[in-house]
Amino acid sequence: MLKLTNIKKTFNAGTVNEKIALDGISLTVKDGDFATIIGSNGAGKSTLFNSIGGSFYVDEGSIELDGRDITYVPEYKRATQIGRLFQDPMKGTAPHMTIEENLALAYLRASRKGRGSAFSRITGEQRKFFREKLALLDMGLEDRMKQPVGLLSGGQRQALTLLMAATLVPPKILLLDEHTAALDPATAKKVLNLTKNIVEEHHLACLMITHNMNSALQLGNRVLMMDGGRIVLDISGKERDGLTVDSLLQKFSAGAGKELDNDRILFSK
Amino acid sequence: MESLLSLPVVISALELGFIYALVAMALFLSYSILNIADLSTDGCFTLGCAVGAQVAIMGHPVLALFAAMLAGVCSGYIMAFLQTKLGVESILAGIIVNTGLYTVNLAVMGFSSNLSLFKCDTVFSLFKGLFGSTWYKLITAVIIVVIVCLILTWFLGTRLGLSIRATGDNADMVRASSINPGFTITVGLCVSGAMTALSGCLIGQYQKSCDINLGTGMVTIALASLIIGETLIGKGTMFKRITGVILGSCLYRFAIAIALRLHIPAECLKLVSAVIVAVAIASPYLKKQIAFQKRKMAAMSSGKRGTGC
Repeated sequence: MLKLTNIKKTFNAGTVNEKIALDGISLTVKDGDFATIIGSNGAGKSTLFNSIGGSFYVDEGSIELDGRDITYVPEYKRATQIGRLFQDPMKGTAPHMTIEENLALAYLRASRKGRGSAFSRITGEQRKFFREKLALLDMGLEDRMKQPVGLLSGGQRQALTLLMAATLVPPKILLLDEHTAALDPATAKKVLNLTKNIVEEHHLACLMITHNMNSALQLGNRVLMMDGGRIVLDISGKERDGLTVDSLLQKFSAGAGKELDNDRILFSK
Repeated sequence: MESLLSLPVVISALELGFIYALVAMALFLSYSILNIADLSTDGCFTLGCAVGAQVAIMGHPVLALFAAMLAGVCSGYIMAFLQTKLGVESILAGIIVNTGLYTVNLAVMGFSSNLSLFKCDTVFSLFKGLFGSTWYKLITAVIIVVIVCLILTWFLGTRLGLSIRATGDNADMVRASSINPGFTITVGLCVSGAMTALSGCLIGQYQKSCDINLGTGMVTIALASLIIGETLIGKGTMFKRITGVILGSCLYRFAIAIALRLHIPAECLKLVSAVIVAVAIASPYLKKQIAFQKRKMAAMSSGKRGTGC
């Protein structure tokens, strides 16, 4: 369970470029909660993820994960519990290393005890395990384990990253920052389905930023809308089930006091 | 060619090629793998030579190898400390460490600008009886370099080695795999420093002297070897790439040997090195350009295509 209490983040404080990116956000995401996040440009969606992931520390407030305060835990240590995917498929994998080597690195996130010493090498048993997991992607990657990741397409790389971030070692929370935005529609659909299955199978807490209003409503069990560094709408349960894109936009206008302004938002079915 | 390359010339080029290959391997780790321009190489090389010379004089030449490597680790550690803990840019960190090492090296050499090892044993002379007087230096150098090469290849396949490789490839991903990039950079630079210093130590014992200016320009030479190797061998497995680096180092020494045989005065050697380095670094780009120009010419002559505007 992730619990944010009144977190604040201001960039360029004290200058003309001062920007309040997060303005006192409090949020609780329970295990098994799959929340989609939508919002205008500059609403603070990615800043929120960066704060949770530890790319920077928040100015005020606290972040708790499973009851442990991680507000000042460095990014690489948080990574044992937090899986992240970005819009850029290149960001989550090392291009000059093979698929197998990338998986082996991701596998390091496994329990400190079980993963072997710093000088251990990839074992045959692990190779078999990686193969099984790759086969789940249904992209034929299990037969290309010795190839550098740089040769894969964006969609394949993103699927591989998903595998690395979420399945090899299930994290406590999964942060998806528009992870299908750079993919073609067919691949995007495939990666979204994979995401859904993985989240359900491992009963993960998951936050997903999206610009696709339909997937915001179809996926998961909760919708969050952000504006000006605040969460202006938080809809879940029955109320969400009957929601349409139009009614969502109306609710947003009512909550934020303005129209949803996002040049990349997608209304398509 | 026979007059250009006699057997003794070939042997000595190979000897130097193998010994200097260790520095090229060090740069392979810091520059190719970790993507860090380590300008402390010059100072670290001399440090290895100085520490090695002193230990060989006072102790034992084999002990000197390990002492030099330890000194190299320290140098690499300071370099990494400046970068990861104090936020100094890698190029600046290298220059700072290099400058500081000059004094340290003088101090190690007892504040004299050179040391002579003529009176004491070296690792090479220890093997003289075993391998005969023509080949002993080469065989000793090859054995040491092959051992280091195998250890390095093995190391880069371990979990720690994979983490180091990923750090230079995609630091974000390393953090996401719960590895501290500061730690992997530190380990990488320490290993790299150890290899540089080992090379310096071997050169000192090889020429039976140690000079404070021994390391000057070393980073350029090693970079040339590295790039010659990478151009010829290209990408591939770690073992293949490291072998390429050794090959590149030997080829560089042959180029220098030929330059010397062509009676280029010793004072001009640095210029020759600079030219070789420039050619080596530029050649992959030039090769691409020439291929493109050929294609363009062929297209233009066949039917005046592609010449619009």
